[in-house]
Amino acid sequence: MMMIFGKPAPLLFGQLLLGIINGSFYAMLSLGLAIIFGLLRVINFAHGALFMVGAFVTWGLLHYLGIDYWVALFAAPLIVGAFGLLLERGLIRFTYKLDILYGLLLTFGLALVLEGLFTNGFGSSGVSYNGPDILSGTLDLGFMFLPVYRGFVIVAAALVCFAVWFTIERTRLGALLRAATENPSLVQAFGVNVPRLVALTFAGGVALAGFAGVLAAPLYSVNPNMGSDLINTVFAVVVIGGMGSIGGAILTGFGLGVIQGFTEVFYPPASSVVVFAVMAIVLLARPAGLFGKAA
Amino acid sequence: MKLTRRTLLGTAATGAAAASFPLTRARAAGKSLKIAVISDFSGPYRDDGGPTSVACVKQAVADFGAKQKGYDVTVLKGDHQNKPDVGVGLARQFYDQGVDLVIDVPNTAVALAIQGVAHDKNRAFIDSGAAGSSLTGKFCNAQSIHWTYDTYMLAQSTGGAMVKAGGKTWFFITANYAFGHLLHDQTAAVVKQHGGKVLGNVNYPFPQTTDFSSFLIQAQSSGAQVLGLANAGADTVNSVKQAHQFGLNKKMKIAGLLVFLNDVHGMGLEIAQDLILTESFYWNLNDRTRAFTKRVLPRTPNNYPSMGQAGCYSGTLHFLKTVHEMNNMKAAANGAELVAAMKKMPTDDDAFGKAYIRADGRFMCDAFLFRVKKPGESKIPWDYYTLLETTPAAKAFMPMAIEGCPLVKA
Repeated sequence: MMMIFGKPAPLLFGQLLLGIINGSFYAMLSLGLAIIFGLLRVINFAHGALFMVGAFVTWGLLHYLGIDYWVALFAAPLIVGAFGLLLERGLIRFTYKLDILYGLLLTFGLALVLEGLFTNGFGSSGVSYNGPDILSGTLDLGFMFLPVYRGFVIVAAALVCFAVWFTIERTRLGALLRAATENPSLVQAFGVNVPRLVALTFAGGVALAGFAGVLAAPLYSVNPNMGSDLINTVFAVVVIGGMGSIGGAILTGFGLGVIQGFTEVFYPPASSVVVFAVMAIVLLARPAGLFGKAA
Repeated sequence: MKLTRRTLLGTAATGAAAASFPLTRARAAGKSLKIAVISDFSGPYRDDGGPTSVACVKQAVADFGAKQKGYDVTVLKGDHQNKPDVGVGLARQFYDQGVDLVIDVPNTAVALAIQGVAHDKNRAFIDSGAAGSSLTGKFCNAQSIHWTYDTYMLAQSTGGAMVKAGGKTWFFITANYAFGHLLHDQTAAVVKQHGGKVLGNVNYPFPQTTDFSSFLIQAQSSGAQVLGLANAGADTVNSVKQAHQFGLNKKMKIAGLLVFLNDVHGMGLEIAQDLILTESFYWNLNDRTRAFTKRVLPRTPNNYPSMGQAGCYSGTLHFLKTVHEMNNMKAAANGAELVAAMKKMPTDDDAFGKAYIRADGRFMCDAFLFRVKKPGESKIPWDYYTLLETTPAAKAFMPMAIEGCPLVKA
């Protein structure tokens, strides 16, 4: 068997693939955060909680209404997005004119409230959700057995990330969004309803968290703390990629997933720290992040 | 009167003294007792302790017939949030308010800290929810009792049975903190003692780990026959769920070294089926456990009690019986005297049957090895386990001679 750094090569190829799968969750979540921060200047600490809500909505749709995974894949992000719209209109918009810390505190509080409510309603050991039968098998890749569902996660995440990047960077709607952040009053003067645009952007970013929640439901334990376990890493990803950089968030998300995957083979206890070590190094060398523009 | 620091302090002191009078009077006349449940009410161990533990304590007060016997029992609760400093603060506050017994406390780190407070304040402490066998080992003291289970028992029962059934080679996935290491070390020792071999171990960061696939692949490529999960709560649920996704359950036997009934409920039988695990209480074990469960369920309709919570019932009941037997409220308020009296009296209740407390504070009950049922085998709600084997108490727990409890040497 071929060995690389004292580890069998198939094991490392397997890790590479697993790293990309985890990376796709980082990418999707940090993408939503980057959009919300880039366009609204809100550090959305409730993102992890909304990811958790997405997973619970998926479970709830099946459990209470008998609606299966494929419908939930579209319905759950819409429901979470609509909820985000309410949050933005009802609470978050009042923080736009204040210091950026107020938005952070508000969303942090919202995250605690959401987690508390779900813990009260569903307990801490969570609920079980099984993915669609058609994706339940495993694929023999030669170097490892890949669960079909995980392969599906990579494809779905890559498609969604590309679509979002394309919309923001290459379409007229994206151009409007970017213009509205640069100079809202000028864009408003052209007859664009800027508050509505901002609200929909927030809803869109939150819907991405909901979508990641749907993808996560069959993989992980669906419990009220599932979002807070992930959110710290995701924030590190956003910082490394450059606050507000869309492409940066996606690439860094996948990249860090892979780095973490390899750490899990060579020195597992460091696998949660490695992301923050990378963050420290990047911030020393490039304070604006890998893909961020210096302020 | 001129307001100076001295007069202020004086007024405060008289006030405090006056306030404490009614308390002492009530104690003498109405025989009042206070029990505080310190547990996880918001985090990962909430369903294994939390509100259901409180329900079990209240059930014990009712079953004891406190009112009829002239006792006024108050049950308080506090959320330790899995932080030792928060737990210590709560325990101090409760004991200072005149709480006679602190009970439950899942999480070994928090339990060890509170055990120290109980000693300093000379008040009784019963731990039911934590696993660390060191609670009755080198950290034991005269005020504390460890009810229900510990890491040594889990290692002996689950580990021993798996090796005897032919699982000679093991790979461990271990939560990287005190509890995980204790569970791993003790199980690995049992495996080696029975002629088995440990092929590998991964210490993963705790908390913050949700994806176990990398460790599972490493376990798979080690070629071991048994996957030992030295973790608890949501981590166990996640590792078992993902082991299924990678088809590990078809090649390896999975040993959940600490799994509660509530975790099985969270996983669902589709995923949890055939898992081998150990508990010292199961609601559907015999007529007495079923009777107890039937009584307590109205207080906790959505969460059946598992062993830690049943331990809160059993511990509270024994505490109340002992206080009644002592018939001396002043002596009962002395933690060391009370706990010594509890050790002298054998225990008997619906949850654990007949048992006793050893000199080091170890509650001696039998350990039951269970296999989780397949979805088709489960006939009624929460009908999850099939009994495989019973380890008698004397064999299930660490002999006092090697445990190193200072109380026993003295």
